[in-house]
Amino acid sequence: MSTATTTASTLSGARAAERRLPLWHLLLTGAASLVLAALILATFGNLSIVGVILLGYVLHLVVTYVYSRVREGRRWAADRVVMLLVIGAFAIALFPLLSLLWKVLVEGGSRVVKAAPHPLAFWTSDMSGVIGGADAGGVLHAAIGTLLITFWASVISIPIGLFTAIFLVEYSSTGWKRTLAKGVTFLVDIMTGIPSIVAGLFGLALFLAFMPDQSVRMGIMGSVALSLLMIPTVVRSSEEMLRLVPLDLREAAYALGVPKWLTVVRVVLRTSIAGLTTGITLAIARVIGETAPLLLTVGMVTGINWSMFDGRMATLPTFINQQYRAGSAQCRTDTVTNVVNGDVYSCSVTTNIDRAWAAALTLIVIVMVLNLIARLISHYFSPKLSR
Amino acid sequence: MSSTDVAPDAPEAPEQPSLRSGGRRFGDTLFSALSVGSGILIFVTLALVAIFLTAESMPAFRESKELAGIFGTADPAFSLIGGVAPYIFGTVLAALIALVIAIPVSIGIALFISHYAPRRMAAGLGYMIDLLAAVPSVVYGLWGGVWLVPRLEPLYVFLNQTLVWPSWVPLVPSGEAIIPLFAGDPTAPMRNLASAAVVLAVMILPIITAMSREVFLQVPRLQEEAALALGATRFEVVKTVVLPFGRSGVVAASMLGLGRALGETMAVLMILAPGATFSWHILEVGMHNTIAANIASKQAESSGADMSYLIYTGLVLFVLTFIINAIARWIVSRTTVKG
Repeated sequence: MSTATTTASTLSGARAAERRLPLWHLLLTGAASLVLAALILATFGNLSIVGVILLGYVLHLVVTYVYSRVREGRRWAADRVVMLLVIGAFAIALFPLLSLLWKVLVEGGSRVVKAAPHPLAFWTSDMSGVIGGADAGGVLHAAIGTLLITFWASVISIPIGLFTAIFLVEYSSTGWKRTLAKGVTFLVDIMTGIPSIVAGLFGLALFLAFMPDQSVRMGIMGSVALSLLMIPTVVRSSEEMLRLVPLDLREAAYALGVPKWLTVVRVVLRTSIAGLTTGITLAIARVIGETAPLLLTVGMVTGINWSMFDGRMATLPTFINQQYRAGSAQCRTDTVTNVVNGDVYSCSVTTNIDRAWAAALTLIVIVMVLNLIARLISHYFSPKLSR
Repeated sequence: MSSTDVAPDAPEAPEQPSLRSGGRRFGDTLFSALSVGSGILIFVTLALVAIFLTAESMPAFRESKELAGIFGTADPAFSLIGGVAPYIFGTVLAALIALVIAIPVSIGIALFISHYAPRRMAAGLGYMIDLLAAVPSVVYGLWGGVWLVPRLEPLYVFLNQTLVWPSWVPLVPSGEAIIPLFAGDPTAPMRNLASAAVVLAVMILPIITAMSREVFLQVPRLQEEAALALGATRFEVVKTVVLPFGRSGVVAASMLGLGRALGETMAVLMILAPGATFSWHILEVGMHNTIAANIASKQAESSGADMSYLIYTGLVLFVLTFIINAIARWIVSRTTVKG
């Protein structure tokens, strides 16, 4: 807007400057629209902040258009309305993000802090013996399950993804490998779009085909399902990073007689290590919150299970889902006794949903920490090639 | 492991392989084999997905009405088309509504970040939208189910009961909703397809925004400045330069968002009260379900042929998203060649 205004004012002097509306006019019409909206809603008897803002925004669109049309002309009026619409779109997108983060922080935070019997017990206890409306229990078992399953998914995905990226960048210049690389690029794109539930079904179908017991569920099935979702993201980001390494570095190494594989390890990977780590961290952050595949493949338990190959496992996302579906608890008595260790807790109707929020907070904290780590790595260790 | 000392290392690199004679050739062979093998493994993996899903749906094929003649089944229990059709309808309807909500908003945000916001603010704002993408889907489901659904109720009541044909308008069913999609008889809690679609829209918003933003930023600066120099307002620059340039990119981004919305499980599972009809009344509760949410809700109680039928519906979803994504990628590849 500033460029347009200055151009106009320099071209035709005071008359053009007079034609453009100053900012305070627009702020004034905005305030007037809000007051008008409040008055309208008050006469109809349902005054609310959201209502005033929404109706005020719509009124402001109309008022701005009419006012600007009269003072500035049709084209500038359209320009102003579109600008308001664009800002409105951004505000609409910000609204869910802020309300979601706020809700998770407040609801989850209060549950984590007040957790009986001592603060932060939510992160150090599991759900064994927690029944009915007992205001107790925690996510230790689910957090351990999530970390284990994600770790093994990474162990499967990172080598495959990294080597595929190396293949695409370093080993696919000629002949049939070129054709193969084209196919791989296409399939990686397709894999990016695989619905997570289909990945879960694949993990399930793959293991059930070889298992006599069709009801078996275990951690490694979840890891395999997650790696199907993780491999394409690792390939994508690694490929981009490897392509950033200048050809000069490789050629310098070849000229010194370094074999190709050593060039890849000592020069290409070494130069792009920061970018690779960032991409892989983001890939981990993406799959750590996946729910649907784990729902199908690892089931749910109340205690800690350290074994990937023996029995069901709890994970944070499925824990959130389970607590949410449990809904409100019933409180016939004031206290509930833990059937395993005999502790007595007070009864709370909202205990399940509180635990769901607190687990959501835990999960978001893990995801955000991973994102932060990725940003820090790329900020401090990115290759300084342009020196 | 910092990357700062590449140069000092390089001179000593060639000495190492010469210490171990034969190591050089072996290393190269191994490395080449590993990377080519990984590439082939991608092929094998996708083939395995198709093979295992098909193999595990065989019992459902055998028990189906359509293929009973081939397998000679006396009393088929499933219908391959009739059984899954309502879920396909629900999946596509929810995804399309989400897309209708998300596309205009995404274009608005992308324009705001690329052309309207001050340059210094733009990066931070882009990061905030990317944060939306980092939130796990199960948290969206929780937020949608607990917080959003009750707050959407006034809107639905307005669309369903206030936005109706008044009695003085001739030739219309007076008292019916003006927009047929919002007709019907919604009941609280509003665990209907519209609520699920709103949350889906929030989830695909960052995907469409990120890609549109990239395309809008690639608009040739000279063209924009030429338009400004001719006296165009900023909206006219957007209309005549930015949007025509970015149109195919936005279409491709929308297709990717569609693919994501088709396959999303948790938000739908946690918000929608399931049903299996072909109803167009998106405000009515308990009428629709999507393939993914149907699998997730029924898998715990299913075994044997029922489980096999669920896997078959997963195969249908896989093929559906495969086609959508292939089209999206085709558009992307076509536009990159052109641009």
